[in-house]
Amino acid sequence: MLTKKILTTSAVVAASFLTAPVQARDYIEIVGSSTVFPFATVVAETFGKKTGMPTPKIESTGSGGGMKLFCKGDGIDTPDITNSSRRIKMSEFEQCHKNGVTDITEVLVGFDGIAIANSRIGANFNALTRKSLYLALAAKVPASATGKTWNKEEMIDNPFTNWNEIDSNLPNVAIKVLGPPPTSGTRDALQELAVEGGCKKFPHMKAMKKTNSNEYKKLCRTIREDGKYVEMGENDNLIISKLVNDKNTLGIFGFSFLDQNAEKVKGADIDGSPINFENIASGDYPVSRPLYFYVKNSHRGKIRGMDEFINEFVDEDTFGEEGYLVDKGLIPSPEARRAQFTADGKNATNLKL
Amino acid sequence: MWLEDIESNMNNTKIVQASLKKRYAKERRFKAYGIFSISLSLLFLSFLLFDITHKAMPAFTQTYLKLDIDFSYKNLKLKEGSRYSEKELFSASYRQLTSKSLYEIFPEVTNRKDKKVLRNFVSSGAQYNLRDLVIENPSLIGTKKSIWVLADDDIDSFAKGLIDRNLPESERRIKDNQLVWIDTLEADNRIEKRLNIGFLTQGDSREPEQAGIWGAIKGSFFTMLITLILSFPIGVAAAVYLEEFAPKNNWFVDLIEVNINNLAAVPSVVFGILGLAVYINLFGLPRSAPLVGGLVLFLMTLPTIIIATRAAIKSVPPSIREAALGVGASKMQMISHHVLPLAMPGILTGSIIGMAQALGESAPLLMIGMVAFVADIPQGFMDPSTVLPVQIFIWSDSPERAFIALTSAAIVVLLIFLFLMNLLAIILRKKFETRW
Repeated sequence: MLTKKILTTSAVVAASFLTAPVQARDYIEIVGSSTVFPFATVVAETFGKKTGMPTPKIESTGSGGGMKLFCKGDGIDTPDITNSSRRIKMSEFEQCHKNGVTDITEVLVGFDGIAIANSRIGANFNALTRKSLYLALAAKVPASATGKTWNKEEMIDNPFTNWNEIDSNLPNVAIKVLGPPPTSGTRDALQELAVEGGCKKFPHMKAMKKTNSNEYKKLCRTIREDGKYVEMGENDNLIISKLVNDKNTLGIFGFSFLDQNAEKVKGADIDGSPINFENIASGDYPVSRPLYFYVKNSHRGKIRGMDEFINEFVDEDTFGEEGYLVDKGLIPSPEARRAQFTADGKNATNLKL
Repeated sequence: MWLEDIESNMNNTKIVQASLKKRYAKERRFKAYGIFSISLSLLFLSFLLFDITHKAMPAFTQTYLKLDIDFSYKNLKLKEGSRYSEKELFSASYRQLTSKSLYEIFPEVTNRKDKKVLRNFVSSGAQYNLRDLVIENPSLIGTKKSIWVLADDDIDSFAKGLIDRNLPESERRIKDNQLVWIDTLEADNRIEKRLNIGFLTQGDSREPEQAGIWGAIKGSFFTMLITLILSFPIGVAAAVYLEEFAPKNNWFVDLIEVNINNLAAVPSVVFGILGLAVYINLFGLPRSAPLVGGLVLFLMTLPTIIIATRAAIKSVPPSIREAALGVGASKMQMISHHVLPLAMPGILTGSIIGMAQALGESAPLLMIGMVAFVADIPQGFMDPSTVLPVQIFIWSDSPERAFIALTSAAIVVLLIFLFLMNLLAIILRKKFETRW
């Protein structure tokens, strides 16, 4: 008897849920980069508290995953905004247009520096350059770099085991680097800015970029897999706690984590440029990347609070030099570019690539 | 003849006696292995519990600052004298209130940069708390009152002794001038640690001092409710059919059984992908809704409940069934009046353990968008929400140091819920248990 009652009730409940029409959304839906996530969430929270409107929901899907969801269609069931720790790619832009997302506004939030750091009590890595990072981390390196052969074209499996084999100014400790896995935007930046940046310093590799760009990318971006580079998952706090226990291991993570853990770890200078706020903002520190968000303008009238949210984001008190995002570790973009993107955000300027 | 028998018996006894010592030693060793395993697991468990509760302790208190807030018309940017609608009070200016009060305590701070550092002593959420205070009690307007406001997480960490003041200044998050100010405030009795009630009543926040777990608890509750009302009746019904009605030695029934057992072993993330494809892409249900989360976890829990229920039904002795049928009960009466009540303790235990498993699950929810920043507390099955394990995951990945304590505190809360659920399973089992 009781069982029967439960059965019928649950069947009715289930049926009513499955056939219920999808409600109109009354909150903003944001997806995208895990690097922009800590900043976007602060803005969302402030927006919610300030205006009393529902706080936007933000999913951390990664830049690529976010673009995929964002460009899936123009309907109300797709996200309104996607965050990205790189600029939108031409292929993504075309995908968007193909699916009816034709009115997109691009806003540059600021910059993020990638720290290469080790324990405060460990060796000093301030002599690091992009070139030595390439030689330490790439799967294959030019044989000429080992000093044993002069054949410039030959690429060999990375033979380096200690930092001072690469550059005598670097400490005599074993190469061990903890960093993000391939799904992470930080990893993309490490590969493109640091490793590839160092790879380009070899003239024959630079020449290869023009003649055989696929092979060039493969050689210059592939990270070694012989245990010297350890993938740690996307948890930067975990990397920092490992660095404290192992003083000569290097870790790779976002600047905001370095900023929060300054008493435990120290960031190395890259190409002679110390990692700090000013150097990342000016572009002197070579391993930094732009952070963007993209707005689906067709949703501006349909979702309550879109305009207000974007205005909150591009406000000087938010992403300006004295804004609250700076307290969270964001490196603001130069004033002229801020002004331009503020105008773009407010006027819903359509992005053209 | 019999003499030989005795002789061989004597021999056997000798053999046995000779090996007896070895056998006893073996038995002792065997027992020792067991004791060793148990103490090892107890050691790990107590280490884990100690580590987590130790790390969680700072999150249960929260530092407050006593400030003399001047709710003057000028500061609030309100016109004097009139009555205010809630909307006017809502949009009045509360941003400067705490900073002005701090500047009054430290009139010597004039430099713009120092002023910024000083005003950041107070949590960015304090202005909204003051706003709520004024809306609740408009008679505050025009008065000056001492009010305890939330301190920023850095000040909070320092007050809890998590930042060492003896470190060189460059390695410390609290700089020398801040130290002086904190000491002054402390000497003035303006700093106080209180129980962090907000942790249990608020939603998520990016500021550790304002972050709470209530949103995640409610999200978990809604999700579990959907899982329960779907998986319990469906699971029990499926198990009853398979045990009592399904033809035996039928290849099709065997196939279903094998598949159910396999489903119970499928990694949970697979159910998330299934949920994404079916519920969100096909049915068009919203992402991040407890309804979808519950539907996904329902799929995951169903095999566990079916298997537990079948085992419970199987353990009801056939004599009970035969007696019921013998006195003229129909098959359905036999099942609903005799078999199910007797199997109930086993069914409930299995279901609760299945639910506890679902409560701790986060991987499948990643696929359907429940791993998200949700600050508002969900009010229903369609509101965006997260669940407890996801909240732990998000906090553990946040850069602010104070989130480490919050992560552990959230784990403690999750463990308490799991403990309560298992306790309930034991109580129900004891209550309904029948011996025959």
